[in-house]
Amino acid sequence: MKLLSIQRRMARAVMTPLTPSERMRSTTPDGRSMRNVASAIIKPNDRLTSFERLEIYNRQYWFRILSGFAEDFPGLRAVLGGSRFDRVAKAYLTDCPSQSFTLRNLGSRLEGWLRKNPRWTAGRGNLALDMARLEWADIEAFDGRAEPTLKPEDLASANPAKLRLRLQPYVQLLDLRYPVDDLLLEVRKEDDDTDVASNAFSERHHQKRVSAVAKLKPSSIFLAVHRMDDSVYFRRLHRDEFAILSALRSGKPLKSAVESAMRESLISSDDRADNVQHWFQTWAALGWFCRIESKGGARPRRSKMPRRSSAQA
Amino acid sequence: MPANRFNNFTDYGIGIGLRAPHYHHILTRKPVVDWFEIISENFMIDGGRPLHILDQILEQYKVVQHGVSMYFGSAERPNKEHLRRLKTLVQRTKTPWLSDHLCWGSVDGRYTHDLLPMPYTFEAARITAQKVREVRDFVEVPVVVENVSSYAEFHVSEMTEWEFLNEVVERADCGILLDVNNIYVSSRNHSFDPYTYVNSVPSERVAQIHIAGHSKYKKYILDTHDHPVIDPVWKLYERAIERVGHTATLLEWDDSIPSFDEVHDEALKANRFLASASLAKAV
Repeated sequence: MKLLSIQRRMARAVMTPLTPSERMRSTTPDGRSMRNVASAIIKPNDRLTSFERLEIYNRQYWFRILSGFAEDFPGLRAVLGGSRFDRVAKAYLTDCPSQSFTLRNLGSRLEGWLRKNPRWTAGRGNLALDMARLEWADIEAFDGRAEPTLKPEDLASANPAKLRLRLQPYVQLLDLRYPVDDLLLEVRKEDDDTDVASNAFSERHHQKRVSAVAKLKPSSIFLAVHRMDDSVYFRRLHRDEFAILSALRSGKPLKSAVESAMRESLISSDDRADNVQHWFQTWAALGWFCRIESKGGARPRRSKMPRRSSAQA
Repeated sequence: MPANRFNNFTDYGIGIGLRAPHYHHILTRKPVVDWFEIISENFMIDGGRPLHILDQILEQYKVVQHGVSMYFGSAERPNKEHLRRLKTLVQRTKTPWLSDHLCWGSVDGRYTHDLLPMPYTFEAARITAQKVREVRDFVEVPVVVENVSSYAEFHVSEMTEWEFLNEVVERADCGILLDVNNIYVSSRNHSFDPYTYVNSVPSERVAQIHIAGHSKYKKYILDTHDHPVIDPVWKLYERAIERVGHTATLLEWDDSIPSFDEVHDEALKANRFLASASLAKAV
């Protein structure tokens, strides 16, 4: 048997979902005997059958990817509850096995999968989708590329009609139907607390979390998920801020980005200029604009801030 | 054999794996450590905190890259994006050599994120060696391959694991990262003499050694990297050092990670064997 054939057979078996009791299934997804599949390629020994030896890898595979997925999506777990989250995770990872050399990208196709498979999150579909989008944006913002930031002198002779401001690649813009940023921060705070807490304490927090999810009402928000001094932050945006930033990200020149975004603004015409000026000052201070004509990644700044600590900023 | 062309003629001592729970300790206390091994994939990213931490470590310590997903033994060609990112990191760390496992883990573009065992066939050795050469030519640093722990053997195998290792490294003309814990684990799972394995390795190709702890189950042993090194593994390490000489040694501790000092102290136990090797060389 050729190498590629052995690897295809073994990978199919290893990636077959486990039984509810976390053992290897007795049949493959296409109905063949897993014992026959195992014994065709793997030798038994004096302690383990071929099936049992293959099962070690099957279980390791699922334990590893489910654990990685759960680590990346604690907010989705809070929204769906543990059992439902586990079912969603298994279904998603069965349909969308990793196509990347790094587990970091395990959730890269989750948003699309949730949209195509609403039955898995029925009743909490929009909330689950918002949370999944936020948690994936958080991953992208955490280690996304940072380019040199825009300097005032870059704008000295710029023509607003032609100037195209580029947003830092790590800045993620989200329009959400639920205020899931608050919920995710609460979930993370509780997870941090429970690291050092008693069972009774964590049970109380679990109840609190369930209650927080149940009480969460739809409320449209606009959010920038960004990074500052190595920590990821969630910044609520005004609708018009979001529109301008989205237009800039899509490649529109500055003048038309602002004009198109403000066309349907509810801000009084007297206040618009001041607002826009203030927003640009804030975005520039946060380092969200890339240096014009910059090429390649920047050498990032240093900080001792904790990994993926998120807060309002 | 401590300094050889497979470890870029370096003479590193005892290192430990760079792990997130120890970042703060390392950056604030600046402990004396010969070198750190990093998991390449954790730093093959575009920006953010992991790279900032790495840069700070690089300012003060020697770093060697160790990969977990190049999958030299996978029948498919190397992933170009993986290679590009790996080379970018190599240029950042200036790692004197680059290691990854003699295993497979992906097929048809799907990744298992596991170190799956090879069928020990001549076809597999040829494909694996070709891939090692391809990676080495691309990243432009010596590449060394590590023997893995395994829990299964294939009917089609035409040779023993150590014969397969030798076949691959000869064909690829590459070095070896000899993991003595993995040899021990596999020897128990497959009922072979681990000393036969260690004695069969071409000592002139050993660039680095790994030691680690593991977990025993009723019918097999799992390579979990979550315990101290057990005495039989230290004895095997002693034999390896007798054969290959004072070689860069790295303790892996990846789960249930204790304090920095505990991990480092465990690694430094290797000193008693390395000292003997140095003494023997001096005599």
